[in-house]
Amino acid sequence: MKTKITLLDYGMCNLLNVARAFQHCGAEVVIAEDPATAYNAEKLVVPGVGAFPDSMRMLQLLGFDDVIRQFVITERPFLGICVGMQVLFESSYEFGHTAGLAILPGTVESIPCKTVNGENQRVPHMGWNPLLFPENNLLSWEGTLLQGLKNQESSMYFVHSYAAIPSDVQTRLADVFYGGHNLCAAVQKNNIMATQFHPERSGKLGLDIIRQFITM
Amino acid sequence: MSNLRIIPRLDIKGKNLIKGVHLEGLRVIGDPQEYALNYYQSGADELIFMDIVASLYGRNNLSEIISRAAENIFIPITVGGGIRSVDDARHILRSGADKVAINTAAVARPQLISEIANHFGSQAMVLSIEAKRIGNLEWEVYTDNGRERSGLNVVNWVKRGVELGAGEILLTSIDREGTCEGYDLELIKMVSELVPVCVIASGGMGSTDDFIAAATLGKADAISMADVLHYKKIDIETIRNAALDAGLAVRKVPG
Repeated sequence: MKTKITLLDYGMCNLLNVARAFQHCGAEVVIAEDPATAYNAEKLVVPGVGAFPDSMRMLQLLGFDDVIRQFVITERPFLGICVGMQVLFESSYEFGHTAGLAILPGTVESIPCKTVNGENQRVPHMGWNPLLFPENNLLSWEGTLLQGLKNQESSMYFVHSYAAIPSDVQTRLADVFYGGHNLCAAVQKNNIMATQFHPERSGKLGLDIIRQFITM
Repeated sequence: MSNLRIIPRLDIKGKNLIKGVHLEGLRVIGDPQEYALNYYQSGADELIFMDIVASLYGRNNLSEIISRAAENIFIPITVGGGIRSVDDARHILRSGADKVAINTAAVARPQLISEIANHFGSQAMVLSIEAKRIGNLEWEVYTDNGRERSGLNVVNWVKRGVELGAGEILLTSIDREGTCEGYDLELIKMVSELVPVCVIASGGMGSTDDFIAAATLGKADAISMADVLHYKKIDIETIRNAALDAGLAVRKVPG
């Protein structure tokens, strides 16, 4: 029997591509347009593209903010992608200051527009970069969302102007090196998983992450 | 900096992948699905699809092609040609595109850039610029797939486009397009150094040396190519290896 994956529909355009990636990896995809469907999911995915304030506003408007908070404490697998990762934190500084879901401690801040050497760098950060073990002594991705990937060798597709800064370093699952800065690329706290990059747009290795989530 | 991106460009007319010289003199190459899937599987970092007659007829006909392609292709897809409104952009994004590339309609009504950036994010709004050299270090913006002069200077237009919300620039040299004589390095370098967003160089690749020059001398963030791939003169792996040999960071593609 196919594993059921529920995608939260809160008006984001990339839902289709996320759905196709999960279907391609053998899952049955359910689209949740109401809080009850989302809460009853076996595994819940919150994709995202666009701005943090708009995303939070839509989640609240549709009653999904409380559902996500309630879902994650049931210990069922949860995956946030891009803005779907950022909204898990306490607040963001994108276009002012907006409160997030506060499921994970930390903030979301703009990517520095200068490299550590003081040179201008591209923002948004757009393109492929390898995932790195974060600087929290994590030395293996076995048993995590990133199982099977190799440190410094597995590149993923990023597109973002803001990045999460988790205050609990133990939740940091992977980093990405950009202009000399270590940005948070993925987090995991037990059943709560999230990626700043787009696994549904990251080719074969991105699909490996999706398959891993399906089996969790 | 991110890895240098290798982006095959597929120009489409009707149902066919086609290719021209200086954006004119079109020849049919084959089925775009077959080529797109092959490029994805051989390690392309993104794909660009352009409906090259769309501006002429006033609509983009790629949604069906994109919808089919996106079933089996899991890298970013940019679609351009004939997108004139937020609704047109939404239609293409819902078909499976990640970004829309806009030229003619943005020149006609620059505010469209802001409207699309506000609705879908700057990352989805690629400003496509077709540039023709008109003097020493001077280029004019053309529209309608290189057919019409706009009177706009590339420098002024690209700055304005980024201010209005363009998140990436697709920069095509009309002079070099389809010639296999190499990219217009002065054009690419000028624009790359001018704007804070990523620049995709397009038009003129004939050899891996041209590719490397666009990155090192032109300072492009991403490089698009068409003929050399479509006619199987060079494959993506060869480009990737040449880049690695030149010390450029490109994505390591799993075997």
